[in-house]
Amino acid sequence: MTVLDDPSFASAGTDEGGQELRSRSELTAKELLREAGAVLRMSESEAAALADVQQDIGEDQSMIINMGPQHPSTHGVLRLMLELQGETVLRCKPIIGYLHTGMEKTAEQLTFMQGGTNVTRMDYLSPLNNELVFSMAVEKLLGIDGDIPERAVWMRMLLSELNRMSSHILFLATNGMDIGAISMMLYGWREREEVLRFFQKVTGLRMNHNFIRPGGLAADLPPGWRDDVLDILEMLPERLDEYDTLMTGQPIWRERLQGVGVITAREAVALGATGPILRSTGVPWDLRRDMPYLRYDEVDFDVVVGSYGDAYDRYAIRLNEVRESMRIVYQILDKMPKGDYRIQDKKVTPPPRARIDESMEALIHHFKIFTEGFKVPEGEVYVAIESPRGEIGCYIASDGSSKPYRMHMRAPSFVNIQSMPHMMRGSLVADAVAVISSVDPVLGEVDR
Amino acid sequence: MSESVDQGHETAETLHGFPVTTALGQKVVFVDRASYVQVLKKLADDSFDMCVDLTAVDYLLMPNRAVAAGIAPERFELVVNLLSMTRRERLRVRVQVSESDATMPSLFDLHPGTEAMEREVFDMFGITFEGHPDMTRILMPEDWDGHPLRKDYEVGRIPVQFKGAPA
Amino acid sequence: MGVVQNVLDDGIAGLQHNFVTARLEDLVKWSRSRSSWGVTFGLACCAIEMMGTGAPHYDLARFGMEVFRASPRQADIMIVAGRVSQKMAPVLRQVYDQMMEPKWVISMGVCASSGGMFNNYAIVQGVDQIVPVDVYAPGCPPTPETLIHAIETLHQLIEDGELMRRREANAGGASVHLELPTEAAASVSVALGTK
Repeated sequence: MTVLDDPSFASAGTDEGGQELRSRSELTAKELLREAGAVLRMSESEAAALADVQQDIGEDQSMIINMGPQHPSTHGVLRLMLELQGETVLRCKPIIGYLHTGMEKTAEQLTFMQGGTNVTRMDYLSPLNNELVFSMAVEKLLGIDGDIPERAVWMRMLLSELNRMSSHILFLATNGMDIGAISMMLYGWREREEVLRFFQKVTGLRMNHNFIRPGGLAADLPPGWRDDVLDILEMLPERLDEYDTLMTGQPIWRERLQGVGVITAREAVALGATGPILRSTGVPWDLRRDMPYLRYDEVDFDVVVGSYGDAYDRYAIRLNEVRESMRIVYQILDKMPKGDYRIQDKKVTPPPRARIDESMEALIHHFKIFTEGFKVPEGEVYVAIESPRGEIGCYIASDGSSKPYRMHMRAPSFVNIQSMPHMMRGSLVADAVAVISSVDPVLGEVDR
Repeated sequence: MSESVDQGHETAETLHGFPVTTALGQKVVFVDRASYVQVLKKLADDSFDMCVDLTAVDYLLMPNRAVAAGIAPERFELVVNLLSMTRRERLRVRVQVSESDATMPSLFDLHPGTEAMEREVFDMFGITFEGHPDMTRILMPEDWDGHPLRKDYEVGRIPVQFKGAPA
Repeated sequence: MGVVQNVLDDGIAGLQHNFVTARLEDLVKWSRSRSSWGVTFGLACCAIEMMGTGAPHYDLARFGMEVFRASPRQADIMIVAGRVSQKMAPVLRQVYDQMMEPKWVISMGVCASSGGMFNNYAIVQGVDQIVPVDVYAPGCPPTPETLIHAIETLHQLIEDGELMRRREANAGGASVHLELPTEAAASVSVALGTK
């Protein structure tokens, strides 16, 4: 008997039942109001101004179509159900869960040292930021967050900023491809290769590095790293100017992105959107500047803010954030101190490999850390940093053992996706693609 | 009557009548279910206008954990992280949710951004939210049985045989 | 016309094998292996490396595979790049079923090959439980060189005709044959759900 003959397999279709967008006649008033944005604590006049889209259309005039989960432009396995009236999008419902990996459950089975391997695969475009926030949360619980050596802190900043650059360059590539500038895809990947090559030299892997660990980092920077970083920094400005010519000033690009996917500051704050989405509405909130972590208060950089809250602003913000990250990396190059790359607390970080041959104590510590793991005192903590997509936070509740009792990552894309229906209201289907692309979701962290 | 939040002192303090603890430099206020929405509304008016995160923890295996004075620990705890951008402060709100009556009022009217977060809590823990516009599962398939992040739910490992290992 | 009817029934294999048709078969397999197009099935981190393989530095275009078709009807190879969750499994099967014969599957990455590091309730422990896989590419994620090696292995198997011969022995590639578990296998229980 084959799978095709088995009736129960045939009925396991792609119908997600109650999670899908239902037709208007089945909706409660509350859900309709949600789609119209009337629950966003708007004033009467603002709600009335939303009468840009005809509300009282009959059911035979609108159709519900499905986009995804397998679709070239939904940035991963995001499924969108759109209610269309002709080419105009009225309502939109993102259906997620197609990449749910049970990472939070898996985290309860892995020790704190192994936790990095798990969280790094959530936002797979900026894995070092995931590891960073997890390590910072664990260090806070351990009480060693003030004792991390200077060099380790500056190395973390270097890697985090380079990761921000590679993530934003990938945004430029995929945004370009979604709008139609296919050559941008190829250019973006060319730049990204340079950064990934540096990461491979430092961490050993191109992606999903598991390099930033509680206590510091896994290894020191290799000799010659300064030249490698300078090579990247010298190559990029000219290429970014090329992209300015190719995209920013270009009339087609502007027509496609300006005024598309507009969101106001009130809406963004009410929906919990952070990162470039919030900054594009004019709110200058960047955790690196406003609630500094690592040594961001000792470097000089600008927070890029937009004014119209549209997709063009978000594109411009990310492009200029690459330039700001380059500024930060130049300063890190100057200020990188000498020292240890991880805290010398034997209970938390493993000893250098050479010492294992010499000292029994080192051998035992190495064994205990890698098999049983180090114990973390009971407590709970929430730490947040600024990832390329917004505020990524790690909430850990520990029960005193060597594995987290509960680990929850506040993923920026999970919350940012909620702003997509509001951005898409009243726009065309082609703009829907531009809006998804400007939100820049990474489904790995949406679904975890 | 609420007292103003005391900065940096670890004395017993209250916020809108509910106990506040400070650990590792982070303020946590323990609220009960009846006043949950009210307190959050007051906090939102008091500049904590962004709800950054809403999640839950299943404390089935930690019934004797430390909570604030006067709070009776239950099986589930709802954890809400708030952010005040003007004051550059964070505040955590923890609400005890009992296993027998695992429902909470929804924060959707106050913070529309909690829509997806509450659906995830429902999917993973089974806590339902009254007043939520769309209380369905979000991460698991619609017909899935059980709530995966509960402590009495199996991880679902399949046994892995390694080459050369004794059967 | 016997020849025409044979070809209509059995395709290339229906031709009487002689010197000329053997060369024709070789030509068909040669061209199939050099212009196979993939269907876009990037799921997670492996998708990023797959896109990196198509990018200028590693360049899949030199193997004829730069084009990734969105429509499964127009594609030959499905590279399952990433972890397949429970919700995604029926979608994977539907996309595979929509592809036209001959079709091949590369399972890219350890999550697609065996569930990878996620041995839990949410991830299908190997896509070969859902679709028949021809080449497995290990790695987390596999570097572009590994993926190119996997693709070239598949191309070699296509060119040798080995895959088509195996398919004929197993009555085609579209259906997956399940053997109902024996008593011994059934004793290995997987606990799923509430304890």
